[in-house]
Amino acid sequence: MTTENALQYLVAGLTYGTIYAVVGIGFNIIYNTTGIINFAQGEFVMLGGMTAVSLHRVVPLPLAILGAVASTMLVGALVEVAFIRWLRRPSVLRLIIITIGLSIVLREAALLAWGEQVRSLPYFSGDEVSALDLGGVRVSPQVLWSLGTCALVVAALALFFRHTRTGREMRACASNREAAALCGLSTRNLVTLSFVLSAGIGALAGCVVSPITYTRYDIGGSLAIKGFTVAILGGLGNSAAAVAAGFLLGTLEAFSIAVLPAAFKDAVAIALLLGLLFLRPSGLFGSRELSRLKAY
Amino acid sequence: MRSRYAQLGLFALVVVAVQLATALGGKPFYLTQLTMTAYAGLVVIGLCLFMGYAGQISLGHAGFFAIGGYTSAFLTTFDLTAGRGAGLTAWAGRWHLLVQRPDLYGGELLTVRPWPAALAAVALAVLVAALVGVPVLRLKGHYLAMATLGFGTIVSSVVVGTERLGAADGLSGVPAFELGLGLAVTGGAAARVQNYYLAWGLVALGMWLLLNLVASRVGRALRAIHGAEDAAGAMGIDVADFKLRTFVLSAAFAALAGVLLTHYTGGIGPSEAAVMKSVRYVAIVAVGGMGSLWGTLLVGSALQFLSLRGLFGSFDDAVFGVILIAVMLFAPDGLLRVDLAGAARALLRRPGAPAAEG
Repeated sequence: MTTENALQYLVAGLTYGTIYAVVGIGFNIIYNTTGIINFAQGEFVMLGGMTAVSLHRVVPLPLAILGAVASTMLVGALVEVAFIRWLRRPSVLRLIIITIGLSIVLREAALLAWGEQVRSLPYFSGDEVSALDLGGVRVSPQVLWSLGTCALVVAALALFFRHTRTGREMRACASNREAAALCGLSTRNLVTLSFVLSAGIGALAGCVVSPITYTRYDIGGSLAIKGFTVAILGGLGNSAAAVAAGFLLGTLEAFSIAVLPAAFKDAVAIALLLGLLFLRPSGLFGSRELSRLKAY
Repeated sequence: MRSRYAQLGLFALVVVAVQLATALGGKPFYLTQLTMTAYAGLVVIGLCLFMGYAGQISLGHAGFFAIGGYTSAFLTTFDLTAGRGAGLTAWAGRWHLLVQRPDLYGGELLTVRPWPAALAAVALAVLVAALVGVPVLRLKGHYLAMATLGFGTIVSSVVVGTERLGAADGLSGVPAFELGLGLAVTGGAAARVQNYYLAWGLVALGMWLLLNLVASRVGRALRAIHGAEDAAGAMGIDVADFKLRTFVLSAAFAALAGVLLTHYTGGIGPSEAAVMKSVRYVAIVAVGGMGSLWGTLLVGSALQFLSLRGLFGSFDDAVFGVILIAVMLFAPDGLLRVDLAGAARALLRRPGAPAAEG
């Protein structure tokens, strides 16, 4: 493998890593406020991409993306209010099965609405063949768009959770729901908000990467597994670590194609997850004590 | 316990009655789907033991089904003629593990006999379950669900990505499974009634085994683990060991079902390994009531049969998704134990905070 080739794989890895990272962050937001792993997280990404493609037929691209993000947020809110909110102390197993059921229903609804066709948005700037030459490595401008969006999302989330009132309330809710409720916070609405937020972020990611990776009604499942892998690799709940883990996983996958058949790409990622869970159940960057406290 | 045998007797009567009904009703072709339903039943009662009694979750059981089916299909269709008389093939030939048979086009094939192939298939599934189970079963809740889902995805992507296993087309031309005594697992119309009884007889045998198991010390240990894992451990129950054994046993059930269905339909495709199949098995166990083998078998068979009859058409997956959600929302203990009054109360009550319990 030449250096150029290796760098090319690296770029591809970073691109995929970005989307895994964003899906992982989506998992984290909901997990942090509720302790729920939302298995339908990948479907939010799919819904975002698909809706934007449809909207783009009638409105300009930025508006289409905005509309897609907004409508996916609405779906996120609906999911929480209709299926999660009114359950009283449900078991983990029940929540797992409910969110899996939701992912199936969302996927089948997408199949009904959009069919089996592979779709994509146009490139935000330039087109498929235009590429920036960075020292012999050809980088599509869309890759920069997705890297930039990922960075922006992480930064915005950090600011939101630290410096806004709502963000701080959500963190309070995450650390101790009952204490937060006693302090007069509306924890139920904060939980809904976490679903809305993670749906929006997922949808945004779906829009940004769709020109490169394309989107289809059934991409959610494998994205959810990757996103979960990344969230765990980074130690559940830590968004910056999820990004690092996302890049790691994406790069690993990209290089695995050089050695193994492309169809084994998913298997590589998951074998990595299983191996890691065996060695370090708390993740690469997570702390052992913290994960024991969370008791999952 | 006498009632256990009374239940099995009643079950046998129902099986016979259904067969007679199809014969008298002039719908003998229903038996084909009913036979396939029985094989799916083997998977779900095994999974019911693991989920309902041991309180764990596996979203990877289609993987074990596929390991069983694919191994058996591969061994009984892969032509060894080129390697005849050399090394392993010669050794297998001496032990009468091989059989010469005509292929679809009249050519000669030298393949492994179904019996050793089936044994190898189940053994492989057991081995994989044991290997995967040791690290994975240390996990709980979300982690366990995702890890087993991951395992299922690995099997599924390996199957789709391997040319030797037919990639997207799967394997076909799997011969009938001659069991001896004139019995054979085969989809031929002439053997329809025979296979119906064979399949449901196996389900009855499996039920007998599992009912005895859950009524024994092992069953009590499993219920203790389900109730409170740490307390069970403190009582001297080897929690990890029990979990692993149940996992392996349920994997063996799934693999056996895979072997038989593959011989029955004459082939296997990657859709059998798909994650959606695993989800469906979980759905059936959930709808049947996690802790009820009979409930799981009953509801599962009904759902599976309706699905095989094509009643849900292209909404097949969606129907199972909706069933999953509805059951978990309104009847978390299964359809047979719906607490309607409780559900109504829960709806009227002020909704509480959705806290997850570990």
